[in-house]
Amino acid sequence: MSGFIVKQPGLLSLLHDRGRYGAHKLGLTTGGPLDFVAFDWANRLLANDANATCLEVGFGGLLLEAQVDTSFVLTGASAPCKLNGDAIKQWQTRDIQAGDQLEIGFASAGTRIYLGVSGGFDIAPSFGSSSTVLREKIGGLRGDKLQAGDHLPCAAAKQSQHYCLDQADRPGYGDEARLRVVGGYQQAAFDPIQQWRFYNSEYRLTDRCDRMGFRLEGENVHSDMVGMLSEGICLGAIQIPADGQPIVLMNDRQTIGGYPKIGSVIALDCARLAQLSPGSRVQFESISIEQAHNIHCLAQSRFLRCTPQPCRA
Amino acid sequence: MKIEIAGQNAFIVYFGEQASATVSAQIQAAVTNIVDSMADCLIDLVPSYASLLVIFDLDRSEPFAVRRKLRDALANLDGVDTSTGELVTLPVYYSLESGPDLEIIAERGNISVEDVIDIHQQQEYRVYAIGFAPGFAYLGEVDERIAAPRLATPRQKVPRGAVAIADRQTAVYPAVSPGGWNLIGLCPTRMFDPNRNPGMPVKVGDRIRFNAITREQFLAQGGEL
Repeated sequence: MSGFIVKQPGLLSLLHDRGRYGAHKLGLTTGGPLDFVAFDWANRLLANDANATCLEVGFGGLLLEAQVDTSFVLTGASAPCKLNGDAIKQWQTRDIQAGDQLEIGFASAGTRIYLGVSGGFDIAPSFGSSSTVLREKIGGLRGDKLQAGDHLPCAAAKQSQHYCLDQADRPGYGDEARLRVVGGYQQAAFDPIQQWRFYNSEYRLTDRCDRMGFRLEGENVHSDMVGMLSEGICLGAIQIPADGQPIVLMNDRQTIGGYPKIGSVIALDCARLAQLSPGSRVQFESISIEQAHNIHCLAQSRFLRCTPQPCRA
Repeated sequence: MKIEIAGQNAFIVYFGEQASATVSAQIQAAVTNIVDSMADCLIDLVPSYASLLVIFDLDRSEPFAVRRKLRDALANLDGVDTSTGELVTLPVYYSLESGPDLEIIAERGNISVEDVIDIHQQQEYRVYAIGFAPGFAYLGEVDERIAAPRLATPRQKVPRGAVAIADRQTAVYPAVSPGGWNLIGLCPTRMFDPNRNPGMPVKVGDRIRFNAITREQFLAQGGEL
């Protein structure tokens, strides 16, 4: 079987396609890449199907050995990457030969690096998706993160032309973000003063941020809600528990929950939030659902219009 | 019925203040209508106690059009038949061996352990929501005489198939997990099987009955002690 052998698994390396949809009725969450923007670029640069399976390398520390001749690309967080000990650039497709060692060091800016291979990793879908959700033990290999000795199957598929993305078109990874929020859910239960505090305060990422949710700390916010029925939770929903500290619910969130929510961060900004480290500063900005729709369409049109440049491997 | 924004590509429909057979039947009918009329732009649905989250595809539609389609799909749900929902019977081996909290519930209600077991079987439950973990179905409502608050200290390990009560809800644990519900028996039916499709024997809106079985029947049906 061709593919890659995992020599060192890294801190949190997970196989993902675009996510698991249509399975909420079973209580299964979406999963999928936390930073779908970097994920989409990996597949785009390789001319893969948009839903092809890539590896999300959380924080870095991964060492793979190729058993196949193919092409690959690394996008997302900046990390020192080496092919057989020589530094290589991210956001640029290149070839790899059987026996080569690919090393992804620890991220210096951002937190999630994406490794795409030509044609994608060949992972049997469960409930329509290859995405790994640890809590559910579903997707990827055994529903688990990578372990040393694992085999990542993929086909031999060298590309005839290599591509890279201009520096100007790449996302930047810093330590702050403005998160645009579509107000909704129990928004009305937060009085104007509470909403003012929420939208005019700076919050910091705590170290309790994972694929389920990002816990923030800052100004307390309170609602008048007393007891509510559990209800469906969408990506980016901002839950405010009794301690008044917001939690932004991410890809691996539980499908239902019973805490009041003030609205939801738009998907593009969830992807930015996902690349921040504990201590990073965020501020919320209120936008309408129509503005959110425009922002989505604009980003989509820019993504499609932006053409990767041919380059030499 | 109220349609609220949930997020950039999601609306949440509220059907009432509380869960009930009527609300549950309305939600089920709404799910059917929405799947029929919005298939082209639907990403996922999350039915729950008294609400339905509708997630749509922004590349194939826009919020204004989706809200209009939703309104149409939700019209005429008032007369929905509350006897709808498939009836599913789940076998349970009730015993002190398989239900370590039976005695506590009996003491609380000042009734016998046999009464607790009888009362749990007398009710027909509705699947109000599925969540918390894959295949975890929240069933309501439990008779007040056997309702019991969650444990002060959750157990580290609740076995797969454990039949449990928390407040006025009951459930079958689909997999080994930590849990704070009161355990009254074991069900040999797999509530979630990742290797099967649809993966679950029940869905939101179904009607559930529990039926006592013996230790031998439990083991014969694949149960493990």
